Amino acid sequence: MSDLLNVSSSPHVRSKDTTAGIMRDVCIALIPAAAFGVYNFGLRALITILVCVASCVLTEYLYEKGMKKKITIGDYSAVVTGMILAMNLPASVPVWLPIIGGVFAILIVKQLFGGLGQNFMNPALAGRCFLMISFAGRMTNFAVQKGSALMNGAMGIDGFSGATPLALVENTEAGKAAVTVAESGVDILQMFIGTTAGTIGETSVIALLIGAVYMLYKKVISPVIPCVYIVTTLVFVALFGGHIATGDLLPFLAAQLCGGGLVFGAFFMATDYVTSPITPKGQIVFGICLGLFTGIFRSFGPSAEGVSYAIILCNLLVPLIEKVTMPVPFGREGEKNGK
Amino acid sequence: MNNCTERLYNGIIKENPTFVLMLGMCPTLATTTSAINGLSMGLTTTVVLAASNALISCLRNIIPNKVRIPGYIVVIASLVTIVQLLLKAYLPAVDSALGLYIPLIVVNCIILGRAESYASKNGVLPSLFDGIGMGLGFTFGLTCIGIVREILGSGSIFNFRFWPQNFDTIAIFVMAPGAFFVLACLTALQNKFKMPSATNVTGPQMACGGNCASCQGSSCAANKGLFEAERAAAKAEKARKAKEAAAAKKAAAQAAAAKAVTEKKED
Repeated sequence: MSDLLNVSSSPHVRSKDTTAGIMRDVCIALIPAAAFGVYNFGLRALITILVCVASCVLTEYLYEKGMKKKITIGDYSAVVTGMILAMNLPASVPVWLPIIGGVFAILIVKQLFGGLGQNFMNPALAGRCFLMISFAGRMTNFAVQKGSALMNGAMGIDGFSGATPLALVENTEAGKAAVTVAESGVDILQMFIGTTAGTIGETSVIALLIGAVYMLYKKVISPVIPCVYIVTTLVFVALFGGHIATGDLLPFLAAQLCGGGLVFGAFFMATDYVTSPITPKGQIVFGICLGLFTGIFRSFGPSAEGVSYAIILCNLLVPLIEKVTMPVPFGREGEKNGK
Repeated sequence: MNNCTERLYNGIIKENPTFVLMLGMCPTLATTTSAINGLSMGLTTTVVLAASNALISCLRNIIPNKVRIPGYIVVIASLVTIVQLLLKAYLPAVDSALGLYIPLIVVNCIILGRAESYASKNGVLPSLFDGIGMGLGFTFGLTCIGIVREILGSGSIFNFRFWPQNFDTIAIFVMAPGAFFVLACLTALQNKFKMPSATNVTGPQMACGGNCASCQGSSCAANKGLFEAERAAAKAEKARKAKEAAAAKKAAAQAAAAKAVTEKKED
């Protein structure tokens, strides 16, 4: 009887997706970039990733244990936060720095606001920005000492030092015309493959794209936000980046696309379920906002990079975007505000 | 004098301006970059607050009700100017450390709030002690925030550095965002340990513990029962009191009647 006539309130059709399953897919999608980071920066990158994940998971466990809540470390969300945070750190950071970042991301940004699904901004990015403001020197030190990376010799890759390619491309002195890509000595192919300086996870565009394709194939993310975001950013920097005059617009755009955290941010951080709009129109608006802010920060800001600040700023706009773009219910199209 | 000590307790603990009333947030967030700054800001405000409360209490029957706010502001602004000039003359270090925030004491809402809600309705002595109590509560709050921010952000307490010179400190805590973190955490602790304050009142314990994050929507029935029981208890209490009052009234009437009878007899 109950099988035949099951009386219950909606929803009646449930998907088989679980939080743990989706988060596991995100973890799998992050593995290529993480593996390339370890290959590129050596053992210290691996240590940083492990410390980040461990501190995030442990913080979540201890907080929930202490507050007598349901332990949710089994849903992999803390693992994802830890991995994304580690991807956002340079490999040269000391071991205590990811621990502070992980504790801040999970405790302050995620758990104090109510845990998974309640956080108002991306925990990993908030952790990164906290570290960026607190330890600016260490967070922008992209030099990896040759001796420190044990695997470097075996892999046949020398250590890198100095500025990231994006910083080189954007290195505009006051009163001078923009530096052309050729002058800045940046190799676009190297940037695409990822054998450049930068944070652990952001350098290799090809590894990130492999992960993104996996997530798109598994339908973990939709392509709307990343595509709108990337296109808006490129249009903005093409218009205001000052490279129409120097005549090397295409290489400049390629450097902007492959440099910094744009690809990583667009596919892995802007698409976070909790902190991105659920309305279809809202996702487009969100992507445009992200692109505009990233373009503004990159073109006019003092630092070469702008992805993380753009994303956490737009995370705060999400409730407003959803309010404005709320779809009208079926059958109420003619009425005012759909009410 | 009992009233005066009650005012001090009220200002420092029960209605602490920083952690309970959440007033005067601008200087709280801006001037607490170190313990010494917080302490000096708090004491400066205390002086102005006590003097303005006493003066406004003196003038409470003279200032017309319709223009009372401009009247209070004139009194407060004069006192702030005096204090600022005194600081410039005798404590120039404090003056330069606090800078713009000393003239801004004029618009500190604790001072106007106490003038409006207490000094304009009460006598001079209780108003003076209310000002001192509130000021000391403010000083206490600012110093606490300043100490935590200085330890985390500069690795020192009251300018005594205990953290080795070449070790990192968390620079965000001496910036504005750090002030918000520290204020929120200290207020949360104050609430967690149920310090005796105006906001920590005892009510019915909800079945879900008031935790909306883990709400399954199933505890509401239990909550309803609890609230109904509480309401019924309050109703019963009210009815009992009304009954008592009625009984007392009846007894008084009877006594009066008996008195009247005896008086009549005496006649």
